Amino acid sequence: MRRVVVTGLGLVTPVGADVETAWKNIVAGRSGAEIIKRFDATDFHTNYACEVKAPDHEFGFDPSKRVDHKIQRQVDPFIVYGIDAAGQAIEDAGLLDMDEETRFRAGCSIGSGIGGLPGIESESLVLAAKGPKRVSPHFVHGRLINLISGQVSIKYGLMGPNHAVVTACSTGAHSIGDAARMIAMDDADIMLAGGAESAICPIGIAGFGQARALSTGFRDDPTKGSRPYDKDRDGFVMGEGAGVVVLEEYEHAKKRGAKIYAEVIGYGLSGDAYHVTAPHPEGAGAFRSMQMAVRKSGLALEDIDYINAHGTSTPLGDELELGAVRKLFGDAMGGLAMSSTKSAIGHLLGGAGAVEAIFCILAMRDSIVPPTLNLDNPSDNCAGVNLVPHVAQERKVKAILNNSFGFGGTNASLVMKAI
Amino acid sequence: MANQEEITTRVKSLVVDHLGVDEKEVVPTASFIDDLGADSLDIVELVMAFEEEFGVEIPDDAAEKITTVQDAVSYISEHQEG
Repeated sequence: MRRVVVTGLGLVTPVGADVETAWKNIVAGRSGAEIIKRFDATDFHTNYACEVKAPDHEFGFDPSKRVDHKIQRQVDPFIVYGIDAAGQAIEDAGLLDMDEETRFRAGCSIGSGIGGLPGIESESLVLAAKGPKRVSPHFVHGRLINLISGQVSIKYGLMGPNHAVVTACSTGAHSIGDAARMIAMDDADIMLAGGAESAICPIGIAGFGQARALSTGFRDDPTKGSRPYDKDRDGFVMGEGAGVVVLEEYEHAKKRGAKIYAEVIGYGLSGDAYHVTAPHPEGAGAFRSMQMAVRKSGLALEDIDYINAHGTSTPLGDELELGAVRKLFGDAMGGLAMSSTKSAIGHLLGGAGAVEAIFCILAMRDSIVPPTLNLDNPSDNCAGVNLVPHVAQERKVKAILNNSFGFGGTNASLVMKAI
Repeated sequence: MANQEEITTRVKSLVVDHLGVDEKEVVPTASFIDDLGADSLDIVELVMAFEEEFGVEIPDDAAEKITTVQDAVSYISEHQEG
């Protein structure tokens, strides 16, 4: 089987719109949560979220860096975030000047959980108020989930597989896993893989609020809202942004002298077959997803040094995931660190798995595991597990496991190792 | 009612905003497609913007004939209400 490595990274997050800024803030334990600025959410279920910051903010995002003004006007923010993160990853991999032959074998697998919700909402209001002749002619292709992959392929001339995963909050992890398989199966030599999301809009907050999924009790200090594994957690804090990696066939990367961050060695997928929003009561789907990823990696459980948990800060999900991890790892739990970076950037939904995979890669690069913020009073089930409370920990990280679980009962796990 | 010069200024600013082009490029003879990089959907959107900005109605058959900046300015000045 052809080996698949990571040779480029790109991030747009609520704590930084480039890889090094975001990572520095994650390691420092800074939170991206604030009162929602984009609209007045005072009367909503919750009024806080982790928004990507404006360009004048110390870790803000400037969309004009990599996305044409015309395209910014036409498409939803999740596509803008995705194009920018993909551009960062291509630049980082040193692949801006690929010849045509290389570009025939270079593709995209960048998905989203929900797609262009803000634009669907605003254009629906235009339709209701002013009629069909006032709806934007760019409405459809400015909202479609596969249009990050479409836009990126056009911008960089990538003529290989053009794919987009839609598996709710597992999207980012599935995108990387599927793309890695395309390279392993010889469909491509290079794949841009990841996910993006931007659903912090009135209908998005109202919808997740009505589904009783959001944290609501921390209006006085939004930075305390995302608190995975803590006794006082009360739901997830919505995040937004994008994560994209360049995946590349190992020999291809070696031949051109590329910087190699990590190797993707295991990918597991499963379905809960249980409930549309609630996780399986014994975490059975999560367990099988992790088990498959570790088995495929060929590693022993003891070899995994760090787990970036799905850990969304919902009352049910966190403990079920922890239970599944305990069941799989057994005695190997002792040497393991497991944290949830959602405590800092909130839940990026379709972007989460890819952004968190990048944090895992950086944990291996820098020998430091990022903290779980706000873990003041861990749930009783957390005893004996190193959940990296509050402060990052320096430790050797040679192999990681990254979990993502989504509505519909869809689970994905990735195992990567340092080279 | 706006005069020709005022219409030209407002049309230019809409074109700059919608097509992301430099204001200097938006001369009267500039073709939206050939000179300013628009595609057919961009023109649909531009025409909608002209309709909103000037309160005129531009039917499809008339919109098809608007290919340059001057075409737009002329149509708007001839069809403005008031």
